[in-house]
Amino acid sequence: MGAILKREFAAYFKSPIGYVFIAISFLFSGAFFWLFTLSVGGTDVSMVFLGMFYVYMIFVPVLTMRLLADENKMRTDQLLLTAPIGLFRLVAGKFLAAYIVFLLGDIVMLSYGVVLSFFVSVNWPLILGNFTALALIGAVFVSSGLFVSALTESQMVAAVGSIALNVALALINVAASVIPVKFISDILKDISVFDRYSEFTTGIFSISGVVFFISVTAVFLFITVRVLERRRWA
Amino acid sequence: MIEVRNLTKRYGPKKAVDNISFTAEDGQVLGFLGPNGAGKSTTMNILTGYISSTEGEALINGVDILEDPIKAKSFIGYLPEMPPLYFDMTVNEYLDFVYSLKKCKMPKRSHLNEICEIVKLEDVRGRLIKNLSKGYKQRVGFAQALVGNPKVLILDEPTVGLDPKQIIEIRTLIKRLGRNHTVILSSHILPEVQAVCDRIVVINKGRIVANDNADSLARNLSADHKLVMQIEGADEDIKKILSSVTDVERVFVGRQIDEKVWEYHIEAKEGSDVRREIFRKLASRNYPILMMKSNELSLEEVFLKLTTGDEYGGAEKTEEKFDMLEKGGDK
Repeated sequence: MGAILKREFAAYFKSPIGYVFIAISFLFSGAFFWLFTLSVGGTDVSMVFLGMFYVYMIFVPVLTMRLLADENKMRTDQLLLTAPIGLFRLVAGKFLAAYIVFLLGDIVMLSYGVVLSFFVSVNWPLILGNFTALALIGAVFVSSGLFVSALTESQMVAAVGSIALNVALALINVAASVIPVKFISDILKDISVFDRYSEFTTGIFSISGVVFFISVTAVFLFITVRVLERRRWA
Repeated sequence: MIEVRNLTKRYGPKKAVDNISFTAEDGQVLGFLGPNGAGKSTTMNILTGYISSTEGEALINGVDILEDPIKAKSFIGYLPEMPPLYFDMTVNEYLDFVYSLKKCKMPKRSHLNEICEIVKLEDVRGRLIKNLSKGYKQRVGFAQALVGNPKVLILDEPTVGLDPKQIIEIRTLIKRLGRNHTVILSSHILPEVQAVCDRIVVINKGRIVANDNADSLARNLSADHKLVMQIEGADEDIKKILSSVTDVERVFVGRQIDEKVWEYHIEAKEGSDVRREIFRKLASRNYPILMMKSNELSLEEVFLKLTTGDEYGGAEKTEEKFDMLEKGGDK
């Protein structure tokens, strides 16, 4: 796992992708912070965190599109799958590499709390709660992107596919509101990634939300392993 | 040591590998010979655990590749048909990566130095893999297989795309490695397999058509007693002379090469050598020999011989087809 993590992480900074992703994180969060907080003279950062949900929904796939699609295309999967290493460690290494790059972009969110602390007394638990939620939603998007990347040989297809998947995940709450059957719409509401996330931005630290995000990530990593496994048996 | 028992791989109704069994002992180089699409790569991918078999089992040093894949894989160094290289890494970085991927325990620096020396990579170790020539990429792929000094080496067409000098180097290397490793290599080039391997498994359409040690297979397949000659002079007369040579069984007059020059196919008794007598007889009658060579079998003819016992039929049919094509083209 360590070898793959190290290689993938280094690869992000050999190509522009790692830098571009971090720059996008800084740019959008900075713009949102200025737009929604500083320019109105407020101290509320919830809109910044809400905005970053959409930014990461679109841009985390840029980070993950290469991970397995490129291995499939370049046939380097033959090296990984014939090495004495389990599939889960392989997938975990890839996931962690992308996730660390994500966190490097995400960490900037904390600096806005520091900026505010010069002017007012900051509600740190709120900011940390929001930060945790954003970090967890990042894990969900990285794992969903990794899953789609395992399905294809083309990075482009992987990127578009995982954006579509992320949008679908985010829109579950919309589906929930239009389905008239209460039983189904309740279930959809419960698994709505966006509803779970927006709960955090209103200042509620929901343990069930944390468990939910970790579970969704685990499910995506699990089915990624199954995809790799299944290809062997095809 | 590799044991393969009744291995079958099915893709839908098609059998890519059909019930094959063979054994490669320690310190043996086993050659896997077959035309493109015969199932060589599929078999190798099964042995290395990249894909699974539909039926049958493959044991690497006694460990079943499906039951304990991680342990079985730790015995194997694999060079696939297309070397699995990361183009954004330098050779050093790549070998470091493979070293930790395979969880090697050997002293890293000296081990990797040794490998680079063996496959002659010293000069390019700091260069990006994407900038290397095809031959060097192949060598990096080879180096990757050697990392961790695995007991079993599986090499899928290791000399493809190399220039003749490199091919000779790689063959020498494989022979050297064969002394203390089990090596399986695949090829569709008969002389290559003959030159390197102790044992040859011939595979065609997913089935094993021959499995023998290299010497006896070569003896069976070689055709020193069959000659092709070009001789200048009256064809009927020459045919008579050739037929009169001891041990010669059949003489065909082939195509006309030039005015007064014909091609002759001569079949003598197996194991006999009629070349000297032919020379003397023709020389005494003043018929110059323009060409004489033993009729080596092409791979296609080898397959025909192994599968049907007839090595001329196929070749002639192909020639007929070419003739028809040419005639068609003239119109």
